[in-house]
Parts: sequence; C-alpha cells; structure tokens
Amino acid sequence: MLSGKEARMRMNKTQKKILIVLLLLCLLTPVGVLLPAFFNTGDAWGEWSAQTVKELVGYVPKGLAKYSEVWQAPIPDYDVNKKDLSIVHRSGFYLVSGIIGATVTYLIMLLISRLIIRNEE
Amino acid sequence: MHIPDGYLSPQTYIPLYGVFAAAVTVAVKKVKKEVSARNIPYLGMAAAFSFIIMMFNLPIPGGTTGHAVGSAVIAILFGPWAAIVAVSVALIIQALIFGDGGITALGANCFNMAIFMPFTAYYLFSFFSFNPARKRLVYFGAFISGYLSLVMAAILTGIEFGIQPLIASSSDGKALYCPYDLKIAVPAMAIEHMLLFGIVEGLITAIIVRYFLRNEPGLIYAFRKGGKNENE
Repeated sequence: MLSGKEARMRMNKTQKKILIVLLLLCLLTPVGVLLPAFFNTGDAWGEWSAQTVKELVGYVPKGLAKYSEVWQAPIPDYDVNKKDLSIVHRSGFYLVSGIIGATVTYLIMLLISRLIIRNEE
Repeated sequence: MHIPDGYLSPQTYIPLYGVFAAAVTVAVKKVKKEVSARNIPYLGMAAAFSFIIMMFNLPIPGGTTGHAVGSAVIAILFGPWAAIVAVSVALIIQALIFGDGGITALGANCFNMAIFMPFTAYYLFSFFSFNPARKRLVYFGAFISGYLSLVMAAILTGIEFGIQPLIASSSDGKALYCPYDLKIAVPAMAIEHMLLFGIVEGLITAIIVRYFLRNEPGLIYAFRKGGKNENE
C-alpha cells in the first residue's frame, strides 16, 4: 500500500520513459571524452589551467594564481587519477562521474522540489 | 562556459553572486506558486538532464571544446523560474564535486547558464511559438530559442571574461585575472557557440519540445502560461 504522498510521487509512463532515456545518456557520457580526444582539441575557451595560461600569454596573472587553487574538488575534472592519461581510464571515470553526478543532481533536485512545492492540485 | 576560479575579479563575481541569490529567492516563490506536485519527478529529471548534457563535450576540430546546457528546453517545458532552480543545482554539483566551474565564479556561471539563458530562451520561444497548433512554427521557435539563448549566454560569458583586463591590471600592465580583453574573448565565445554548440542546443530543444507536444501537450509551461494564446 502506498501512502497518499507516495502515490502522488509515483511516476507516470512518460516520466518512466524519460528516466530510461536519461540512464542511456549517462552510459553515453564517455563520448564527451572520446570525441575531443579523437579530434585532438584543447580545453574549452577560458577554462585553462594556470600552467596553460602561462603557455598562452607568457605569465600567470596574479589573481588567477591566487584563486585557482581555492577549491579542491573530490573528483576534479571527472577523474580521480589524472596521471593516468589512457583513454580507457579517462572515459571509464568520466562514465562513473556521470552516473554519480546525475544521480546526486536528480536526488537533490527532487528533495528541493518537495520542500518547495506543496501545491496538491 | 564554466568560468573557473581566478578568471573573474571580486568586482565581477561578488555582484553576480548577489544577482544569483536574489534570483533564486524569487524563483523559489514562483516555483511554489506555479509548479504542480505532479511535476516534481520532471524537475529532478530536468536537473539531471542538464548535468548530463553538459558532460557531452563536443570538439571543434582544430579548436576548443564546448557543450549544450539544456536550459532552453527546461524553461519552455517547466518555466524559466523552475529552470533557474534545476540548472543551478546541476551547476553547483559540477563545481563542488567535479571542480567544473569555480566556487568564486559560481554566481557568475549560474547567472549566465541558469538565469540569463532560460529567460532568453523562454521569451524567444514565446515570440515565435505562440500557437501550439502551428507545429512547424513551434519546432522552429524551439530551435531558435535553444540556439540563440546559448549563443547569447556565451557572449555574456565572453563579456565577463573580456572586461577583466579593464577592471584589474597590475602596474606593469599585466592582467590580474582573465588576460584576454573584449576584442578576443567575445568573438571567441560567440563564434564557437554559433558554429556548433548552439546548433546542438537548438536541436535538443526542438526534439524534446516535439516529444512533449505529442505526448504531454498539456504540460508545456509556455503554452499554459505567458503564451500569447492564453485566454485567462
């Protein structure tokens, strides 16, 4: 038996279909590593590391040097061991990061929405 | 389009944090009023979709990489206010867990991709696609809305990058933050998004709007509210 609230949260057919499409998209995320690697393209514009900026303009701007290390993300750049540059390693961790990130995002957004929305309609 | 830490001066990122905080405050009130509890699962999926679609880095051969954002379609389907909340959640997770986009730049990144972009997309769509019965115009409007809103958000990001040398340089003339000025940053951001990433944003917007128009036409926010066909 579902409580009234759970019944209200139950997904309809379209929602289930979309969830499956999202799962498939998650499994395809390694494309985001493989395609740029195949075409040998660089970083996104304006998202270079301090080292790369030095190579581009000849110096590291002082403020950039100061702020660029302000936050150490647990899984920086969707990877855990940046020394391993093999494409299998990178796309594998990209996939795992995608699944973790999408799941956390989904759950947090659900939680926030439930807290905000009390409109029963 | 995720500005990292160190590229924006405090004179830029602090005001944008303020705008972000104000927009979220209003968005929470609006979502509470406008969005039905039945659509809560959709909002979770919208945020996850935005997160995932931003992971699809696409290359411009010989150049850089970039990606779509998903803000346009979320704004059309669930409203620009819900899009603010959903895309901000995705951007915050990307910054905190994956270091994609800076912590100091979080307000700026949310302003560009989660506030400016969904509102631009929503109004563009409402302008072209005011009548759900004219399906081709709806799909065209959805494409244009995705394409232009991403390109305009990219230009806005380019402006934020490009004003840094004007705001903050050391006495020897070297930049303190982003070293490229408007003449370089704005065209760089605009052109790559016009050539490829905007087209992808436009296509996914049109495809998803088409799917909802066929399967859940009553759900589409842009046709329920604020659209020109509204008779209330």
